[in-house]
Amino acid sequence: MNPLTAYLLVAALLFAIGLAGALTRRNAILVLIGIELMLNAANLNLIAFWRYGPHPEALTGMMFAIFSIAVAAAEAAVGLGLVISIHRHSKTTDLDAMNRMKG
Amino acid sequence: MSENADQIFVLLRHWIVGFLPAGLQEIAGVVLSVIAIIAIFPTLFALAVWMERKGLARMQNRIGPNRAGPFGLLQPIADGIKSLTKEDIVPLRADAVVHFLAPVLLVVVVFMGIAVLPIGRNMTLVHMDSGLLFFFAMGASTELSVFMAGWSSRNKYSLLGAMRGVAQMISYEVPLLMSSVAVVMITGSLSLEKIVEVQNQYTWGLPHWYIFTPWGLAAFVMYATAATAETNRSPFDLPEGESELVAGYFTEYSGFKFALFFLGEYVGMLSISGLGTTLFLGGWSAPFAFLGWVPSWFWFFSKVLMSIAVFIWIRGTLPRLRQDQLMNFAWKFVLPFTLLDLFVAALWRFMSDGWARWVVCSAILLAVYALMGGVGMSRKHFGLRKYRYAE
Amino acid sequence: MSLLFYLIAALTVVGGLAAILLKNTVHCALALTVAFAGLAVMFLELDAQFAGFAQILVYIGAVAILVVFAILLTRNAETPKDGVYSRNWFAGLVIAAGVFAVLGWAVVHSTRVLPHETAMPAVTVLDIGNALMGRYVLPLEIVALLLTAALIGAVIVAMHEKEGAK
Repeated sequence: MNPLTAYLLVAALLFAIGLAGALTRRNAILVLIGIELMLNAANLNLIAFWRYGPHPEALTGMMFAIFSIAVAAAEAAVGLGLVISIHRHSKTTDLDAMNRMKG
Repeated sequence: MSENADQIFVLLRHWIVGFLPAGLQEIAGVVLSVIAIIAIFPTLFALAVWMERKGLARMQNRIGPNRAGPFGLLQPIADGIKSLTKEDIVPLRADAVVHFLAPVLLVVVVFMGIAVLPIGRNMTLVHMDSGLLFFFAMGASTELSVFMAGWSSRNKYSLLGAMRGVAQMISYEVPLLMSSVAVVMITGSLSLEKIVEVQNQYTWGLPHWYIFTPWGLAAFVMYATAATAETNRSPFDLPEGESELVAGYFTEYSGFKFALFFLGEYVGMLSISGLGTTLFLGGWSAPFAFLGWVPSWFWFFSKVLMSIAVFIWIRGTLPRLRQDQLMNFAWKFVLPFTLLDLFVAALWRFMSDGWARWVVCSAILLAVYALMGGVGMSRKHFGLRKYRYAE
Repeated sequence: MSLLFYLIAALTVVGGLAAILLKNTVHCALALTVAFAGLAVMFLELDAQFAGFAQILVYIGAVAILVVFAILLTRNAETPKDGVYSRNWFAGLVIAAGVFAVLGWAVVHSTRVLPHETAMPAVTVLDIGNALMGRYVLPLEIVALLLTAALIGAVIVAMHEKEGAK
């Protein structure tokens, strides 16, 4: 088990956990938490491949991860703004209750 | 001789570590430095508490503690003994785990921030290439501890204090970072040792500290404002104001946990003053070239203590700001001013050395300050007050 | 692999599991913070110091606080009455397990992957700065535009509607 495989397995596990969270929880905010976990797992993947890949001095993996962190923060902000707005309108964040197109 | 006095702690550590076998030497050196920091900074905390009580007292025309030792010098020790022996009350409906972890997180994070400060020549605990980024990362984690403390107490006052505290700390985080970015831009490195080294040069006996440049002075004032808000000190202490919110986010804490919060707050003040000293006041460098024989750590600690004295002075003088005034001030004045300061610092860097750049940079900064201060902050709403309730 | 790696990996995975399994939403957010911290330490182990500190600064210092504020503003601090898992939670679990199986198989069975155990050239912040302003200046500007748009968008989406529009 070389180090790269270990890091990739941890990233895959985190991704699966985030996916399970996003698909099984009722609360909209927990779905966003699952999405953040998935993005973090992808970042770990990127950094692991950067470190153990052929050209670490090209900084590609690290740059990709840094931009991914920035984009994830922006997406979390907009997503949570949406959740707050929906809660203000229908007084709930339960995703199972939002199964109708009529608002 | 002065070289030895300057490096006395480094030599002491080297001597002690020399007794151990070669394999353990590195880790023993690190452990010794950590023990030194854990011994020195709480002592400075005790000194700061004493200074605060006596200083505030004199400013309020009273004497302050004078019974617990000569001039009340043993008062912090008496306070410590009192808080250690008080009963540790945890409310029944409080979330016990989070309630316990909040002060622990605060103290851990604050001490980790001290690890990158250059306390003297060759006296940094951890040499990091991006030391400044590490310090700000630790500073950002203190907000989480404030929130955990307020939420876990299941008390409306605590929650309100915690939310105000976190909103304030987030608002002032950006100006804090932006004012340090100007310093980083001019120095060309995020490493705190390099920033101090660049400031350690002298022209006609006067040092090259960044506070003596126009953009540096503006950045220092913005940094000091943001630092006062980050550590929840007056005039920004609405989250923990005694007359406003009982004790804000640490209402439900008693005994040792309260002492830990107190310690975390004051050591946070010390560490952010330490960073301000490193960035703007030249860190461990002496004020004049002929004073270079005094040990470097003496200069660092005296500058930090002077910053604490200024914090205490401001606390005793200015009234408290209301929450919306505070956040208004952050987003509408301090942040644009730090962005302008970044631009002026770039202008400084690219104009050639001489009196022209002093005049141009000072003129731009003063003009914008007067304009923004006069026009931007003068919206006074007289008449009936409009209320907006939280949904 | 060192003991430190196993400990930090275990901490991160436990944090992630706690973030999706706990009933109290604020506890989930705090467990997510633990997972973020574990990931930051893993970045540091992989010699990516800038990414590690940026992870702490952005994720723990901003995204975690944002999630917690959203939980508080939508008054979800109390446990809901009829369960926290949605109706078809089993399908979600099966899909996640399937994804992990596929990814894990792909990782373990790739033989072309060769790790570079040689010492890496130290990546200084100067290199990162040069890269950001040199080769990656276009993504940098686009991300700046994206962040501005997200800032304005989030403020507009979460703003109170005017009284007449209700």
